Amino acid sequence: MRLVEEFELGLDAPICITWELTYACNLACVHCLSSSGRRDPRELTTAEAKGVIEELERMQIFYVNIGGGEPTVRKDFWELLDHAAEHHVGVKFSTNGSRIDAAAAARLAASDYVDVQVSIDGATAAVNDAVRGPGSFDTAIGALERLAAAGFEKPKISVVVTRQNAGQLDDFKAIADRFGAQLRITRLRPSGRGADVWDELHPTPDQQRSLYMWLLEHGEEVLTGDSFFHLSAYGEALPGLNLCGAGRVVCLIDPVGDVYACPFAIHDEFLAGNVREPRGFEGVWRDSDLFTELRRPQSGGACASCGHYDACRGGCMAAKFFTGLPLDGPDPECALGHGEGLLAARGADRAIPAPAVDHSRVRPPARVCDENPLAEYLAAGAPVRSGAGA
Amino acid sequence: MSAEVELDGRWRLHPQVALRPERFGALAYHFGTRRLSFLKSRRLLEVVRTLDSAPDPIAACRAAGVGEEELPGYRRALATLADTGMIVPAEGEAAA
Repeated sequence: MRLVEEFELGLDAPICITWELTYACNLACVHCLSSSGRRDPRELTTAEAKGVIEELERMQIFYVNIGGGEPTVRKDFWELLDHAAEHHVGVKFSTNGSRIDAAAAARLAASDYVDVQVSIDGATAAVNDAVRGPGSFDTAIGALERLAAAGFEKPKISVVVTRQNAGQLDDFKAIADRFGAQLRITRLRPSGRGADVWDELHPTPDQQRSLYMWLLEHGEEVLTGDSFFHLSAYGEALPGLNLCGAGRVVCLIDPVGDVYACPFAIHDEFLAGNVREPRGFEGVWRDSDLFTELRRPQSGGACASCGHYDACRGGCMAAKFFTGLPLDGPDPECALGHGEGLLAARGADRAIPAPAVDHSRVRPPARVCDENPLAEYLAAGAPVRSGAGA
Repeated sequence: MSAEVELDGRWRLHPQVALRPERFGALAYHFGTRRLSFLKSRRLLEVVRTLDSAPDPIAACRAAGVGEEELPGYRRALATLADTGMIVPAEGEAAA
């Protein structure tokens, strides 16, 4: 059996997990996939978070991708980082850089187990700040400068590819080279607030094709979190695991301890359990109904007869779900264009699943014409958001 | 690259590498380089675990029951692990 097929049947423990420590964030990026902003009062306590770390160690989950929100705003952030190091759980954390001052940079430089990933979504302040907010580009670059000054080696620079920055890939690489950093490029998901802006921000088919060629050219020197496996249908496979690992080899623990199949699927449909349950994270991973279901052999559905199914495996489950497409059909950004047809065929009355959890401080109207005195009431707890047909 | 690795003498798992057995073989994670590798069979896992008790890696393969016809494949897998610092010579300098 090929390794990919083994992985699709699930492992005893995830290869790695994403753990969002808090929903609190000082930024309000328009595409935030966890709709972060305000802290949730139910977030895991320090003791509970340490318990999770110890469980990860027992399960031999070697590294965890910590995010948020902005994880460094947690008062116990450094304490948890130290606890992870003591328990042989490697950490890579994502940050907007706002709290990486000289002291934090020095502390990180002295640590063996911690990797830092600074997010920018434009190679220029204009492109970045339009998505991440005024001043956020300078903040991120400042953090990279302080990390370099402190002697922190090889940080990551994390970029979500959008229609606006898809032409800046070489410029991102130049920024990474300037800081001795490794570039990480990932896919824009229509998750969280990303659902509101996906239509305007997601790369065009031509941009996707250029991105694929660029990724092939740069090979393993550029990280992708294997997030572009759907593009392998263009031809040669991209480096990495070309499969959807949701609930099979990866999952997400959110700030309140909820375990979701993947970081891009914060919705009840993909909620497997909570680390506070008596069975713990390990029990949720091994026995939850959802994960058991995800590990069953998949038929490929409408994609089964496509000659490229082996390459793209039908693409990203979350991208399909949050654009209102069937899960057993093509990805909305299918390299062969099958997704575009389906997106166009959706009616104006289409029902797109709304994110289950929203901690945005202010949720801006997706479009001006959506502004409605009842909008706040309609948004709160409404299970389904109808697609903006206008 | 791989072809130049000399798999002579005693080798061992790098002290910063952890192994996690799985149905298909094992995950190997290097906490120093943060590199993850997959050992694609339980037998390869057995070989890697017993490297330092064999005079050389090929002997470790034979002791683990690897057949002559499979040896080239195991040699390649071990060379890749050596290239990436997952396994290192047991004596002399501690290679990265």
